[in-house]
Amino acid sequence: MKKKLLALALALTMALGLTACGGGNDTSAADDGGSDTTVSTGTAFKIGVIGPLTGGAAIYGTCVANSAQIAVDEINALGGDIQFELLPAADDVNDAETSVNAYNSLMDKGMQILVGTVTTQPALSVVPLTYDDRVFTLTPSASGDDVIENNDNVFQICFTDSNQGSRSAQYINEHFPDAKIGIIYKNDEQYSIGIRDNFKAEADARGMDIVYEGTFAEANQTDFNVQLTAAQSAGADLLFLPIYYTPASAILTQANALGYKPTFFGVDGMDGILTADNFDASLAEGVYLLTPFSADAEDEMTQNFVTKYQEAYGGTPNQFGADAYDAIYTLYQAIQAAGVTADMATEDICDALIEVMPTISVTGLTSAGSEMTWDANGAVSKDPTAVIIENGTYVTP
Amino acid sequence: MEFLSYLITGISLGSIYAIIALGYTMVYGIAKMLNFAHGDVIMVGAYVSFYVTMFAGSNLLGDDPSTLASGIVALVSVLLAMAVCTVLGVVIEGLAYRPLRQAGSLAVLITAIGVSYFLQNAAQLLFGANPKNFTPIVSGQLTLFGGQLRISYVALLTIAACVVIMLGLTTFTGKSRMGKAMRACSEDRGAAQLMGINVNATISMTFAIGSALAAVAGVLLCSYSPVLQPTTGSMPGIKAFTAAVFGGIGSIPGAFLGGLLLGIIEALAQAYISTQLSNTILFAVLIVVLLVKPSGLLGKYVPEKV
Repeated sequence: MKKKLLALALALTMALGLTACGGGNDTSAADDGGSDTTVSTGTAFKIGVIGPLTGGAAIYGTCVANSAQIAVDEINALGGDIQFELLPAADDVNDAETSVNAYNSLMDKGMQILVGTVTTQPALSVVPLTYDDRVFTLTPSASGDDVIENNDNVFQICFTDSNQGSRSAQYINEHFPDAKIGIIYKNDEQYSIGIRDNFKAEADARGMDIVYEGTFAEANQTDFNVQLTAAQSAGADLLFLPIYYTPASAILTQANALGYKPTFFGVDGMDGILTADNFDASLAEGVYLLTPFSADAEDEMTQNFVTKYQEAYGGTPNQFGADAYDAIYTLYQAIQAAGVTADMATEDICDALIEVMPTISVTGLTSAGSEMTWDANGAVSKDPTAVIIENGTYVTP
Repeated sequence: MEFLSYLITGISLGSIYAIIALGYTMVYGIAKMLNFAHGDVIMVGAYVSFYVTMFAGSNLLGDDPSTLASGIVALVSVLLAMAVCTVLGVVIEGLAYRPLRQAGSLAVLITAIGVSYFLQNAAQLLFGANPKNFTPIVSGQLTLFGGQLRISYVALLTIAACVVIMLGLTTFTGKSRMGKAMRACSEDRGAAQLMGINVNATISMTFAIGSALAAVAGVLLCSYSPVLQPTTGSMPGIKAFTAAVFGGIGSIPGAFLGGLLLGIIEALAQAYISTQLSNTILFAVLIVVLLVKPSGLLGKYVPEKV
């Protein structure tokens, strides 16, 4: 009897599951039909976003998804020929294997253009697939050099890691000429290793004084007592942290407990530290970070974006969100320049966009007043800026 | 002086391992099972303390609370965490392990792994997957030798808590009635039952004590390394299990010694050999010790009767 009941229950679950799937398809089909009537030429471009919506880098993924939505809504509201349909963002938990599943699920939903991934590690798994499938890929913030290397269909909105590393070294050398530098980086993540390698190369070339290098890995990314003690006793008065904000927040807390107060210098991964859950933001006072976007900037474009973001989602968007916003507008310009339409095959759209990307120039939130241009490789060229955290906000020093 | 600060880091990390290992070793000694969910009870304890402190911080304390007030809040949060974990431990034992008392050890082991995953995923559902920054229960540091040596108060508190717990447990098992019952169950469960000892109640008591210790360990662990997420307990749990085996599983002083040594080896290996290889070195030492002394440092060698 028990077995029969169980079988019945299982059968019911399956049946419900199937109907649920069917229902989902029905509604999305209905949506497509609806947008058909409002758009004059063909359907909308289906854009997918992959990023960490949960886990240690969740602040980035959610901000990217939200900001992309803002840009898409703005463009659709213009009512022009080019309309976008943003598929529900797919979560990759900043994990390589999960990101491949996320990509496949988006492809099943008919994605034509990928805005992603948000972080480098998953990008390295997804990008070969988009290359094979000929899906045009514009990553807001996956900054690894290998992300664009050998993939003609991938372009970046953010700086490559080599750029971030050498720009940081240049900035430190110019503003802290006598600094004794310590570096703590994560040696099982390509993002962190890439920036550190380029930082070190540039620092060595400039004859800068690196007194300590410490590493950590995924398994021990919450405990930095040993590395901090070593950096302190090596006399490091500037700590370069090419890592994400979660381990960085642990470093700031533990350095405070040890009474170690060097100047901390982060890169784009440090962005988001002020909004980390329950993090004592006073510990981040005086932290430098290299970022192309500051939510406090006075220009109209930034103010419009930040206000819309705060109204729709609460909180202040970070640099990753700004990258995503720029990514959607870059797509908009590229599509205009290439003259592609949404009913074209994915690979034709991809080839046409690859053609025009090196020819367009875009003014965006993250270009600090300059214009973003791309080389055929996919790397962006724009002006970087460093900010310092004062009274809980980013200030240009 | 550097060596001294590494050593203190190691001892305070080791003290946390030791407190967790005490939970493993007591349960193993008395119920003869490996409770792999122990590491996740730690995580639950830390979350309880985190939310109590948050609640008090936003509702009860003013903007600039006095040291005494925040001290009381910290203490209350630890006590509440202990209470929740004690109940959780007893419930887990009653629901998941007691029905399997007569089953093979493999079945219990797999159940324990299942409970561990259940707790992690339940925590992810309840508290969210985003890592939270745990506010250490004490802040500041002690400065010695004119600023050359700094010891955080968290480290001192951890070491003190570990010593007190260790002494308390030894006295409890050695002197009290319940302690005697525990030792009797550990020696021979069947005979203990025949002598009129309530074995089920004794095992429940063991889980209660072990889980309360886990709550303390959770708060100390997160004060020491301040990132709290649903998987926070799993790696320290495995390391503490290693510590229990290292010191001789089933032995209370063994768990203490094993935990301390493990922490010290880890810190010194990180400082002087390689941060990458520290875990490798740690487990290599474990293998060597077990080759030389198969029952652990302080474990008793008990031949199986055939």
